[in-house]
Amino acid sequence: MNFDFSDDQKQLRDQACKFLTEKCSPKAVRVVLDGKAPYDKELWMGLAEMGFLGVAIPEEFGGAGAGHLELCVIAEEMGRANAPVPFSSTVYLAAEALLIAGSDAQKKKWLPAIASGEAIGTLALFEGKGNPSPKNVKLTAANGVLNGVKKPVADGAIADFAVVAARTGSSGRDGDISLFLVDLKAGGVEVKSLTNLDPTRGQAEIIFKDCKAESLGAAGEGWSILTQVLDRAAVLCAFEQVGGSDRALEMGRDYALDRIAFGRQIGSFQAVKHMLADMYVSATLARSNSYYGAWALSTNASELPEAAAAARISATQAFQHCAKNNIQVHGGMGFTWEFDCHMYYRRANAMALGLGSLAYWEDQLIDRMRKKNAA
Amino acid sequence: MNFDDTPQEAEFRATARAWIGANAPKQYEDELRKSSLGRTQLKNANILEVAKTWQKKKADAGWACLHWPKEYGGRGSSPIERVIWQQEEGAFGKLSHMFIIGHGMCGPTMMAFAREEHKRTYLPPLASGEKVWCQLFSEPAGGSDVAGLRTRAEKDGDDWVINGQKTWTSGAHYSDYGILLTRTDPDVPKHKGLTMFFLDMTSPGVEVRPIKQASGASDFNEVYFTDVRIPDHQRLGEVGDGWNVSLTTLMNERMSIGAGVSTGFPELFEYCASLMLDDGPAIEDRAVRSKLANWAVKASGLRYTSMRAISALSKGERPGPENSIGKLVAGSMIQDVATYALDLQAAAGFVSDPDDAELAGRFQAMLLRAPGTRVEGGTDEIMRNIIAERVLGLPGDIRVDKDMPFNKIPTKGRG
Ligand SMILES: Cc1cc2nc3c(=O)[nH]c(=O)nc-3n(C[C@H](O)[C@H](O)[C@H](O)COP(=O)(O)OP(=O)(O)OC[C@H]3O[C@@H](n4cnc5c(N)ncnc54)[C@H](O)[C@@H]3O)c2cc1C
Repeated sequence: MNFDFSDDQKQLRDQACKFLTEKCSPKAVRVVLDGKAPYDKELWMGLAEMGFLGVAIPEEFGGAGAGHLELCVIAEEMGRANAPVPFSSTVYLAAEALLIAGSDAQKKKWLPAIASGEAIGTLALFEGKGNPSPKNVKLTAANGVLNGVKKPVADGAIADFAVVAARTGSSGRDGDISLFLVDLKAGGVEVKSLTNLDPTRGQAEIIFKDCKAESLGAAGEGWSILTQVLDRAAVLCAFEQVGGSDRALEMGRDYALDRIAFGRQIGSFQAVKHMLADMYVSATLARSNSYYGAWALSTNASELPEAAAAARISATQAFQHCAKNNIQVHGGMGFTWEFDCHMYYRRANAMALGLGSLAYWEDQLIDRMRKKNAA
Repeated sequence: MNFDDTPQEAEFRATARAWIGANAPKQYEDELRKSSLGRTQLKNANILEVAKTWQKKKADAGWACLHWPKEYGGRGSSPIERVIWQQEEGAFGKLSHMFIIGHGMCGPTMMAFAREEHKRTYLPPLASGEKVWCQLFSEPAGGSDVAGLRTRAEKDGDDWVINGQKTWTSGAHYSDYGILLTRTDPDVPKHKGLTMFFLDMTSPGVEVRPIKQASGASDFNEVYFTDVRIPDHQRLGEVGDGWNVSLTTLMNERMSIGAGVSTGFPELFEYCASLMLDDGPAIEDRAVRSKLANWAVKASGLRYTSMRAISALSKGERPGPENSIGKLVAGSMIQDVATYALDLQAAAGFVSDPDDAELAGRFQAMLLRAPGTRVEGGTDEIMRNIIAERVLGLPGDIRVDKDMPFNKIPTKGRG
C-alpha cells in the first residue's frame, strides 16, 4: 500500500502551481469576473502548451498519455487558482465521454483538438430544474436529429462541440437515453449566455432546432455512459474543490496573522483560531476522500462509484465551509468586491451545483454503499 | 498511489491471518464484534483475563507491539504491517483496549528516556500484557493545563519522595507500573519545574481509589501519594525537563494512528438498514440518507487521512500535530451518531438492556461514553488549539502565568 502521489506527480503539481501563479493571478481572473472576456484565452492556450489539457488523453490521440492521477494534481491547482477557463467542461466531461464511448473517428477528430487547445467541449445534460436522471431528459433525438432545449450548459457559449443527452425511447427506463455529439459551429443551434452565480465560468442555454447530430456510443447506452462520466468528473472536480478549500484556508490564515484588532493579531483570538482549525479539518477530510477517489479513478476500480460520491460530498462541503468562513475571518473587507474572498465563495457554491446537488450525491452514496454491503 | 498489498505485504497478511485463525479466542468473537465504544465487556468471562491471555499468546509468537524493536518485546515491523495486523486481528483487537496507555504512551516514553537496562527489564512484559501501565499526569489542579500540577517530588539521598494526588488515572486499579509527572521546583515558571519518573504501583504510600464515571463504569481513579519513594535511576529525562518528556508522551498518544478510531458509523449504517420506520425502512428515508451520507464521508475521510499518515510514516516522515484531527472529529461524531440513532427510535430508545434491544443498548453505551472521549487525551478545544497553532502557525494563546514562578500563580476551582 502507498497512499500518496508519487514524486513525479508532486513535481507536476508544483509545476502547475508555478505556472498558474504566474499566468492566473487574481487580477487576471477578474478580467473574466468583470465580464470583459468570456474566458482567459491566453491562459487556455498556455495550458495547452504545457500539456495540461491532454495530460490524461492517450498519445495516439494527441495527448500526453500520463493518466488520471496526473490530471488530479493539475485539477487541484486549477481550483487553487480559481482559473477562469473551460477546463472542467472540456477535460472532465467532454473528453472523458469521448474516451469512454467515442468511436475511433470521433476520438481522432476531437481529442487532439482538445489537447492542443483548439476545441472547447461541454456536456449538455440539464434542462432546467432537477438532478441528473433519465426522466429529466426531454430533448428528443430521431434519426440523428435533435430537438429541445438544454440549460444551463457549462461554458456553452464558448464551446465548439457538445455531448448531448437525448431521449430516444419511451419505455420510461434508463435505456431511453442516448448520447450525441454536436458540432456547435455547424448550425442548427441557438446559443444564449446566462447570467450566473460564478461569472468566471460561464453558463448558457442551447436551443437545438432540427440539429444534425452523430451518436456517441451505442443507442440506449446513454445513461450508463453518463453515470460513468459524472463519477469521473466528480473525482476531478473534487480535486478542484480541494485546491479551492486550501486556498481559502490559506487566505484566512494569512489575514488572521496580518490584521490587528484590540491590540492583537486576530489570529490570537480563540474563536478565530478554532474557526480556522475547523476549516483545516474539513479540507483534510476532503483531501483524503479525494485521494481515494483518485486511486479508484486511475485504476478503474470497482470502488469508483462509491469513492466518487464520497469525494464529491466531502469536497463540496469543505469548499463551501472554507469559502464562507474565509469571508468571516476577513470581516467587512471580506465582503467587498475588491477582496478576492467572494471569487472563491462564488466558485464553491457554483461547483456544488454543476454535477447534481448534494442531495443527489448523498442518494448515490447510500445506494452504492448498500449495494456493496449486499454483495 | 496503490491500495493493493505488495507481495511481501500479502505474505505478511497471509501469515498473520493463518496465525490468528489458529490461535484467537474465537468463542468471544461475536460478542466482541457487537461491542462498541463504552461497551466492551464479556458476559461470562473476565475481560481483563481474556485480554491478558490473548496478549501473551501474541507476544510468545512475536505478534505483540509489532512496531517495537525485537529486543523490547516487539517485532520490528513496518507501519503498514502494523495496519495489516490490525485489519486481520479485527474484533479481537478490542481486547487490547486496556493496554493502550501502556503500549501507546508509557512504552514509547520509556524507549526514549529510560536507561537501557530498564528498557530491557520493563518493556517486554509491558508488550506481552503481563504488566499493565498507567499514565499519572492529570490532577485536580491540572488537566488541560497539565503543567499546573502540584504533586511534589523532593530529593532525599538517592531517592525522590513523592506527595500529592493524581486524578482520572485510567486503569490505575489494575496497573503494575505508571509514568508520573511531578513538580520538583515550585520557584520557577510552571513548565520549567517538572520532572518525570516511572514507578511501581505497589510501592508503599500509593493508594488507588476508583472513581465512578458519568457513564456508570469505573475505568479511572484517584491516586494518592504519601511519602512514596522512587529511586533516582527511575527518573525519565533530566531534572526540570519533565515538560519535554511529557510532550513526547502526548505526541505518541496522538499518533497511535491506524488504531481505527471509532466513529459509530458502521453501527449506524447497519442499524438503519434494518430499522423499520412508520413509512418503511429507515435507509429509504430521504432525511436519514442525508444524515448517513454526511457521516459516511467523515468516517471515510478519517480512514484515508490515517492511511496518508501511515504512507508518510513508511517513507520515514515524522507524524506531526495534524494527527490531532482523528480524535477531534471522531469524538463529537460518535456522540452525534448515538444521539441520532436513539432519536430514530423515539420512546423505544430508552430501553437499554442489550437483550431487549441489542443495537439500542449499543448506542446508549456510546452516548454515555462519548463525553469522556471528547475530554480525555486533550479536549476538543485543546485539539483545535494544536491544529491552529502548530499546523496553521497562528499565535499561541495569551498566557498570563507565562513567566511567573509557579508558587505565585493564582489558583481557584477544584483542589
Ligand atoms: C475518560 C477519561 C480518561 C482519562 N484518563 C487519564 C489518564 O489515564 N491519565 C491522565 O493523566 N489523565 C487522564 N484523563 C484526564 C484528562 O487528560 C483531562 O481530563 C483533560 O486533559 C482535561 O482536563 P480537565 O479535566 O482538567 O479540564 P479543564 O482543563 O478544567 O477544562 C475545562 C473546560 O475548559 C476548556 N479549556 C481549558 N483550557 C482551555 C484553553 N486553553 N482554551 C480553551 N478551552 C480550554 C476545556 O476544553 C474544557 O471544556 C482522563 C480523562 C477522561 C475523561
